[in-house]
Amino acid sequence: MDQKLQELWGEVMEEKKQCKGCGGALPFLIGFVAAVIAGWVLFPNLLYSKKVQPVRFSHKIHQEQGMECDSCHAFRDDGSYAGLPKNEKCQECHADVVGSDPAEKVYVEQYGQKGKEVPWLIYQKQPDNVFFSHNAHKEIECGKCHLDVGKTDTPPVYYENRLSGYSKQTMKMWQCERCHAEKAVSNACHVCHK
Amino acid sequence: MSHGATKEFKVTWGMVIDLDKCTGCGACMTACQVENNIAPMVDASNKLRTLSWVLVFELNNGKSGAEAEVAYLPRPCMQCGNPACVPVCPVVATEKNEEGGIVSQIYPRCIGCRYCMAACPYHARYFNWEDPIFPKGMEKALSPSTSARPRGVVEKCNFCHTRFMQAKEKARQEGGKPNELADGAYMPACAEICPTGAISFGDVKNKEHKVFDLAQGKDAFRLLEKLGLNPQVYYVSKREWVRKLGDNYAATGKPGAAKKHS
Repeated sequence: MDQKLQELWGEVMEEKKQCKGCGGALPFLIGFVAAVIAGWVLFPNLLYSKKVQPVRFSHKIHQEQGMECDSCHAFRDDGSYAGLPKNEKCQECHADVVGSDPAEKVYVEQYGQKGKEVPWLIYQKQPDNVFFSHNAHKEIECGKCHLDVGKTDTPPVYYENRLSGYSKQTMKMWQCERCHAEKAVSNACHVCHK
Repeated sequence: MSHGATKEFKVTWGMVIDLDKCTGCGACMTACQVENNIAPMVDASNKLRTLSWVLVFELNNGKSGAEAEVAYLPRPCMQCGNPACVPVCPVVATEKNEEGGIVSQIYPRCIGCRYCMAACPYHARYFNWEDPIFPKGMEKALSPSTSARPRGVVEKCNFCHTRFMQAKEKARQEGGKPNELADGAYMPACAEICPTGAISFGDVKNKEHKVFDLAQGKDAFRLLEKLGLNPQVYYVSKREWVRKLGDNYAATGKPGAAKKHS
């Protein structure tokens, strides 16, 4: 009995040795390419949902009218930053349709005249434990941290992380820390966190 | 632990609390809860689980009848010069590194081990045993100044740090110097609301700030000074028994003097 078992075992091992040629470069390459596609293309596509701004706002047209960034994105008297303008500001010019762009009509009819604020998507939205002072950074060009939307006719697509809910384009902590370190500014936690 | 580890800063935010003026009304505690989004407890009778960044203690001189006296002592975080809580934190969720000397606490980084709570001799740190639940409607009145803390992390008073940031922003806007704020430009909620003016606040190293003289007055003292933690919160009382209680009746020679362990 024992001898028979041993013979059987021997046969199995023999088969295994023959099977060695099943591996090799080609299957590895196929697996590698599949993994790269999955990691670099499929997963990011799954992770981020694409969103477009509710109104196709053209920074380009506004700049061509001679407007500066701080014509709409201004500081309040207490030094805090007002961020995006409200209807009140937009309606200084766009109380009624003044141009021929269909996007303007969308704004005026669906938001401005209805007294509804535009739910803009904020590319640089930070978690609520971050305290960022625009005033402390006003010497730095806006485009250094923000998407350079100044010259765009159509706002960039907004990528939202389906898990965290944050924007893909937002500033990451390591970027803040690197710049602080390079400029010899403190990186103590409370400098940016609340 | 070395006693020479006190961190020095050009600006040292300090609080001076006059215990003879404090009536124990608790306005500071209320203002603090509103400013820092501390949710009301469902059952606040369990004092082991309540959260109060500033807590008013009642002191008495242990006598009865006509000689009985009471004092009230508000206790915020002492923002120690040589904090006991910072070196024990295994994840650097708390540090004392920023100009002004405020001991920070970063909630998303905290793992809730509570070593800092065990280390703090002032019991100034609190653990979130529950997720905060705000009664309906109250969530609309939350302050944007302080981030929300989930269950499982430690929190403490930070001298209303966002007000410090806002004061600096205002100084920048007005063309002033954000690193040399004027007396009163930065005021925590408790100091601002105190109806008797018992709580003063400012830079204890700046002669132009009111607290500079107050902290050096002959009746000024700090809590448990013998421990050598070098708190940035000072107390003032003309009553000797109150000053002695401040150091837990350890013989300190003269009130307010730093004293080493015997």
